[in-house]
Parts: sequence; structure tokens; C-alpha cells
Amino acid sequence: MLHYLEKEARKLEHRSTRAIIENVSRRKFLGGALAASGFVLAVSVPNAEALEPLKPYPTGGEGMPHGYGKASDPHVYVSIANDGAVTIVTHRAEMGTGIRTSLPMVVADEMEADWSRVSVVQAPGDEPLYGNQDTDGSRSMRHFIQPMRECGAAMRQMLETAAAAKWGVDVSLCRAKAHHVVLLDEAKKETGPKLGYGELSEAAMALPVPPRESLLFKTPEEFTLMRKGETKIVDLRDITVGKAVYGADVRLPGMKFAVIARPPVLGGKIKSFDATEAKKIPGVESVFEIEGVYDVPRKFGQLGGVAVVANSTYAAILARDALEIEWDDGPNASYDSVPFFKEMSKTASEPGKVIRNQGDFDAAWNGAKSTFTGEYHMQHLVQAPMEPLVCVARIEGGKAEVWAPVQSPYGARQDIAAALKLPIEDVTVHVTLLGGGFGRKSKWDYMVEAALISQKLEGKPVLLQWTRDDDTRHSFYHTASVERIDMAFDEAGKVTGFRHRTVAPSILSTFAPDSGYQFNIEYGMGFVNTPFDVPNIRCENGKAMAHTRIGWYRSVSNIPRLFAVQSAVCEAAHQLGKDPKDFLLELIGPDRKLDPKALGFPEDFWNYGDPYEEFPIDTARLKNVVRIAAEKAGWGKELPKGQGLGIAAHIAWGTAVATVVHAEVTDDGTITVPHAVTALDCGFYVNPERIRSQIEGAAVMGMSHALYSGITFKNGAVEQSNFSDFSIATMRNFPRQVDVHIVEPKAGQHATGIGEPGLPPFAPALANAVFAATGKRLRNLPMGEKVA
Amino acid sequence: MATFTVNGESRTFDGDPGTPLLWYLRDEAGLTGTKYGCGQGVCGACTIHLDGVAVRACMTTIEMAEGKSVTTIEGLSADGEHAVQKAWRQLSVPQCGFCQAGQIMQAASLLSKNNAPSDDEIVEEMSGNLCRCGCYQRIHAAVRLAAGGV
Ligand code: FES
Ligand code: FES
Repeated sequence: MLHYLEKEARKLEHRSTRAIIENVSRRKFLGGALAASGFVLAVSVPNAEALEPLKPYPTGGEGMPHGYGKASDPHVYVSIANDGAVTIVTHRAEMGTGIRTSLPMVVADEMEADWSRVSVVQAPGDEPLYGNQDTDGSRSMRHFIQPMRECGAAMRQMLETAAAAKWGVDVSLCRAKAHHVVLLDEAKKETGPKLGYGELSEAAMALPVPPRESLLFKTPEEFTLMRKGETKIVDLRDITVGKAVYGADVRLPGMKFAVIARPPVLGGKIKSFDATEAKKIPGVESVFEIEGVYDVPRKFGQLGGVAVVANSTYAAILARDALEIEWDDGPNASYDSVPFFKEMSKTASEPGKVIRNQGDFDAAWNGAKSTFTGEYHMQHLVQAPMEPLVCVARIEGGKAEVWAPVQSPYGARQDIAAALKLPIEDVTVHVTLLGGGFGRKSKWDYMVEAALISQKLEGKPVLLQWTRDDDTRHSFYHTASVERIDMAFDEAGKVTGFRHRTVAPSILSTFAPDSGYQFNIEYGMGFVNTPFDVPNIRCENGKAMAHTRIGWYRSVSNIPRLFAVQSAVCEAAHQLGKDPKDFLLELIGPDRKLDPKALGFPEDFWNYGDPYEEFPIDTARLKNVVRIAAEKAGWGKELPKGQGLGIAAHIAWGTAVATVVHAEVTDDGTITVPHAVTALDCGFYVNPERIRSQIEGAAVMGMSHALYSGITFKNGAVEQSNFSDFSIATMRNFPRQVDVHIVEPKAGQHATGIGEPGLPPFAPALANAVFAATGKRLRNLPMGEKVA
Repeated sequence: MATFTVNGESRTFDGDPGTPLLWYLRDEAGLTGTKYGCGQGVCGACTIHLDGVAVRACMTTIEMAEGKSVTTIEGLSADGEHAVQKAWRQLSVPQCGFCQAGQIMQAASLLSKNNAPSDDEIVEEMSGNLCRCGCYQRIHAAVRLAAGGV
């Protein structure tokens, strides 16, 4: 995400789209050339009956910083010990999605490794070697499925070639199977002797990597791990016995513990501070000021403040409580959520900057038989991963070493090197397990802080702990937004005009001077790409300035947009006397791949960073998941009083998702969810068990921001501090049963995203279900646990 | 000076008796399986057993542990094969895993006093243990599964 933003920000400054165009055409050329040669060379390679050439396709992965690196090279990603133990590198961060298991599974499957003899090793931040490591944007599988399959296939073919040399036979008689290479007889039967991978390892690794065009891949029927849903995550045992290592579990000899008192208002500076009482706390060793980054844009610059170093986390926290600090709050002290929403609402009632324009909305509106208007609000959110931010840093002999739960270890490494004025080779970033991330841990301010503290301590190892309060009060928040939907209907109840206005402080404000307007990445998330078959569509953006750090949170702008759009669809259906699911399907219209040009999408339309021709918006796939979810949830069935079904659907990160929520409103007005069904089509999928867990989790997180969670500001400071006032769903009230249906992919369908797209449909589906149950329409997030 | 046991080993601590066990365990004893999530008793990530009963380590001081036995996730079973741990693995409960030591300790405590909890009793007992990844459906099912085997 970040690198995209930086790039997009720069692009906006230069007002040039040339780079994108050049990039796209270069990709097309590459894809075409490789695809053609793959078929030619495939003929002479062994086991063709069970293998197939793959048609390589471009993804946004190539355009990310350092692209795929050497990810398809087994010399970089795989090692095989003499006893046959296989180790596979995992370069993306594990924050609960299961990616640390799923990507190595791809390599192991393609190379015919026995999973019980595979272990994984976490890569440090090194993108030139491993390829891009920004673990966000639901990109890991989407972008790395190809290099990982290539890596595994290359390893398999190298093992077969090594065996052929040992036996002195043609490679077409050697077949890799279950951690061995077996010699085939003339009938291609596996009757001959076998060589274990351990025995072949040295010879195989000495071989060059076969050219990409000569690689053959397993067909889905031959998969042993992919699509199977029986593979346990590699850290499962360690997690259940308390041995899994997260950020704060790193222990170094002589390590100190630190916390920082940060300015309550963004951009605030220390006027004065008194550490007399703090220094009296036993165990406290030093108290000093940490400079902040005050120039705008701050990017991921640290906030500054007063650091307290002690011999335990507890002493550091106690001493920080005892500090007396006077802050100069600066101009953001005016930020107050209540008037800010009033202003945003007013802005949404006026024309904004036109971002998408198809047909003539005004004519449709003026000629309408009837109309609908709905305005939907959403408060800021904090990611609140269960593990608060933390980082361990040490500088020894001019070399810095850092350990952290981080989503973007290479970006962090670059900025730490700059902050410490060290060449990047002298900085190492180790990635621990992440106790959740949700976007917060791709912003590495906490790591720069830890490095600066260690530097002040002459390189001594230090663990910087953010408390939950710090985590709640100093995030890069999900934006606060007002979304307004206007629809025009004709005599027959057809939608003739659709207008969506969005007003929300932009993420771009973190990276570039704030214009008050959003930018193409935000516009690409459920705003300009709403796939409705309506002749006149206009999307407008009204101005809203940022007064806090705005960042991304799992699913980003899709959350408020989809809440507005899918709530409005249900409201309009009710107004027109139609069934909400049928009306949704009617709006989506005929089966087609949207043509962004013909539909007035902006020139710089952002398709999750992927080339549109390869990852088009396909309404047939969207309608399919809508139908599956509706059918599995028993759409249309009679329900007792106080119960109802609601639906919402979208395509995001390439994945089509539909969710039906069954809500039951109890006698005291409490909203509960006995059942929810999600159907999704993510194309080529790998690990169905982890897909289900992501969707189950998305339902709970969706319930959290639908009913409970909100961050508000008063006098520039966050009003919440901990889970006591930033509430999330608990076992007392969560979606009790979530069923997940994964659409089987057709040949040639690409892998798409999973981590994020399951989240946005939940809240609107729930609001629609509450309406069906009670007739009450809830338009503001969080809606509250009770219907008034 | 306070004396207590941790996972069966006898320990003494002569620092501030008001130190929460959480920080003693993590920073002094080097037992990092017990997690810090909120520091205010509202998330359950730090759940341990004090004389076999689930408590929040962030709200339990050294003083309160005097003469008692403390059990952490590392000591729940010698071989990691407690029925709750097994059930957790069988149903692949964890996502990021950060809350899970606390969840497992809470569930083990529940089952040690009630080996056939009803659905509502599970909810009641487990609702103070937050999971931001949203594993509740599987946690609930795993407690039931473990109940069969305790
Ligand atoms: S850290 Fe103890 S309850 Fe949250
Ligand atoms: S598994 Fe991540 S917080 Fe529970």
C-alpha cells in the first residue's frame, strides 16, 4: 500500500499518467512473449500427462518495489539437507492470514515435497532478494502465486535432472513424487528405483534454474496440498504451548525496556517537562526527549515525545505516569468530531469534484418519477491489533539490528537506515510473528523510535513497548466519512440515475500536502467502480481536511462506501416495493466485464494495482456469489418476528464476495446474529481452511465496526484509550455461525485477494437485516448494540 | 520478599510487591507466553492460573501471589497435550495467535471446574477474552470439543 501511495502521490504532483501507461504496455508485451514460448518448449518435457505449461500473466506485483525479486529461484527460496529436510523461505509477514503457511505450501506442492518434512524460515527485510514484502493490500497470494509455483516447479525439474544424471538416463524417465525421484519404465510406470531428495540435493542445487519457458506445472488433480484444506498452520503447536515469538518476546542480553509519552494532538511539541518524580521510580535508568517529525507531510515519521528507559516494562510505564509534561498542541487542537461531521454532511449536500461521469445524472434526476437520498456516516477506526506495537533494537559495531512485528520490513529498513544515518547494508530487520496487523504495522514509526532510543543509549539493546493506550491514541486512523447516495427512478421503477458523493479526509494527507481531496486509490475502492447497470452515474468528492494521521485499516475505503451503497440499494428496494436481493441483481444487470472507458471511469482508475485486462470487474461472477449466498442462507424464507435477512455484495481485490446476515433483535432491542453466510469467488485458491478462517474473522470484525467501534476526537485528541471504550465484539455477542462457500475456479482464473474483501459486506448486510427484522434503518457506524 | 511457585518451581521476588505478575513473568522470569494486550483487565490476553483458577496477570500483583501457585501457558501441561491445547489444534482455532494463550488458560480453568459446560456457560466464561482476529466461533467449538476429553 505504502509504496503505491508514495508513487501515486508523486504522480499526482507531476500530473502525469505516462508512467502507468508505459508500465501497462511493457507488461502486455512480456506476458505475450512468455506465453507463446511456454507452449513451444513444453512438448519435450517429462510427465506431460500430469503437468501443464502455465500461461504467465502480468499482475501488479511486477510494479511493486523490487517486484518478484528472486522469488522464482529455488537457490534463494529452498534448501534441502542431506537427510531430506526441506526448508522454504517465507517472505511475507504472518499476521493471522496464514500466509506463512500458504505460500510455502505452493512451493512444496509444486516440488512434490512431503509437507511433514518441510519447515519454513522467515525472511528478514530484503526485497532485492526475496521480492516485495509489503504484506498488505490482499496481495501476497495474488502477486506471488506465480513465482512460488515457478520456484517449486523449477526445484522439481532440477531434482529430476540430477536423478537422470546419476542414473545415466533421459530425464523423461525420472518423475518426482513424494520427496523422491522414481525411475520410470518404458510404459512410464513408476516401477524403478528411487532416490530421496536428500540424496539428490547437492547435485540438484548445483544445477542452473531451468528457463521459465521450460517449466511445467501440476494440474489441480495432482495437487497434494493446494486446495486440500487439511494443512495446519506451521505455528499452530507453538501458539498453543506459548512458544510462538511475537515482537515483545524477543530477549537480548542486557536489554532495557522503554515507553514514550507522545503528544496527545498530532503535531504537538513539548513546551517543558519535569522528570524528577519519574526518576525516583526504582528501576528507571534514563529519561530523554525524542525529536518528532513535524514537517508536513509527515509520512511515517515518529511523533516525538519523552522516552523513559528502565529495567522492566512496568517500571517504565510507572515512570511515564509520573512525568509532568506541558504540551504545545498546535493547530490540530481544533479537531472535534461532532462539528467535523456536521461540516462533512453539509459538504456532501453540495456538488463536489466530479471523479466519474457517465451519461447525464442531472437530467435523470430532474426527469425522475421518484427519487431516493440516503446519507451514511462512519467514525474513525483504529486497527487495534491484539498485540500492541513493539520493537527491539540494538546497534553494535556500527550495525543496527531490529526485531519487530512489521508488515513492511524493507520499507522500515530503509527509513531506519536514514534515521540512523547508516548505509542500508548495515541495518537488519527481523520479522517476528505479528499479533494482528490490519494495516497498522505497515507504518513503522514505532521501529524508528526504538532505533533512535537505542542510538541514544549508545547502541544498548532496548525493547520499546507501546501500551494499549498508545496504540489507541496514536494510530494512523481509518478515515471518518460521510457518504451520500442519490438515486433517480422512472415510471417503471427502473434506476435511471445514481450519484455517490464521498467526503472524508484522505490517506494522501499522510504522504503529500493535503488538498482535502481523495485520490485514485481511494476512488478505486467501492466508489468509481460500483458495477451497476445504470445509464447515468456520477461520483463526486467533497473536500475534507485531515487533522490526524489517516492511514489504512483492513479493507480501507471499501468499508464506508459499501455500507452506503448496499444500504441504499436495500432502502431503494423497499421504497420501490422490490425484493432487496432481486433489486441488487437487477442493478448489477447483465453478465459482462465492465468497460471502464465507456462507463466514464477516471483516466487513472486504480484497479487494486493490477492490470485491468487480467483482473476485470466481471458481473457474472458477482451475481453468482449473490445467488449462492442467498440460496444457502434460505433467502425468502419465513422468519419469526424480530428476525430478518440482509444482503450485501461487491468485488474488491479481484474477489467477488456476497454476505447474507441473519439478524435477530431480542426483546430488549439487542442486535444479534445467529447466522451469516458468505459466498466468494477468489479464482485460483490455495488454502481453503485459511480462507474460511479469514471470513469467519471478517464477520466478527464487521460486527465490531457495525455495532461497537469508533474513534472520536475532542480538542484534537482521541477520546478513547483502551478496549474499555474502543469496544469490539466479544463472545457475548458475535456472529454465532458463519458458513463460507468458495466457488471452484475455472481454468485460467487468477488468484485474487482474501484478507480484506470479506470484511466490507458484513456491516451493510447486518443493517439491512436489522431493517428487515424491525423496520428501523441504521445509517451511522457504529450503529450501537441496541435498536432504539 | 514474596514466595510463590511458577509452573511448579519455587520462586522469590524482592522487588516492588505491587508489580503485576504479567511483568514479573515476562521481564523477570522470561516466560513470554503470557501476553500483554491491554494492561487493564479488559482483554484476557494475559490470563494465567492462580491456584488453578483463571486470573488476569496484569491485574494480579506479586503480593496477591504470595504462597500460591502460578501456572502459565508454558506450564499448563508437561507435553503440550492438555485436552484444550489438543482441541485448539484439531479445530485450527488460532489466526494471529496472540490472544490464544489467554483463551486456552481461560478455557482450561473453566473445564477444570465444570466439565460439561452449556453453550451459555462457555459464553459467560470466555467473554472476557477478546480476539481481534475473530476466532470466537472456533474457540466456542473447541471448548466443547475439549469438554468431551477432560
Ligand atoms: S493484558 Fe491483562 S487483561 Fe489485557
Ligand atoms: S487469534 Fe489474533 S487476536 Fe485472537
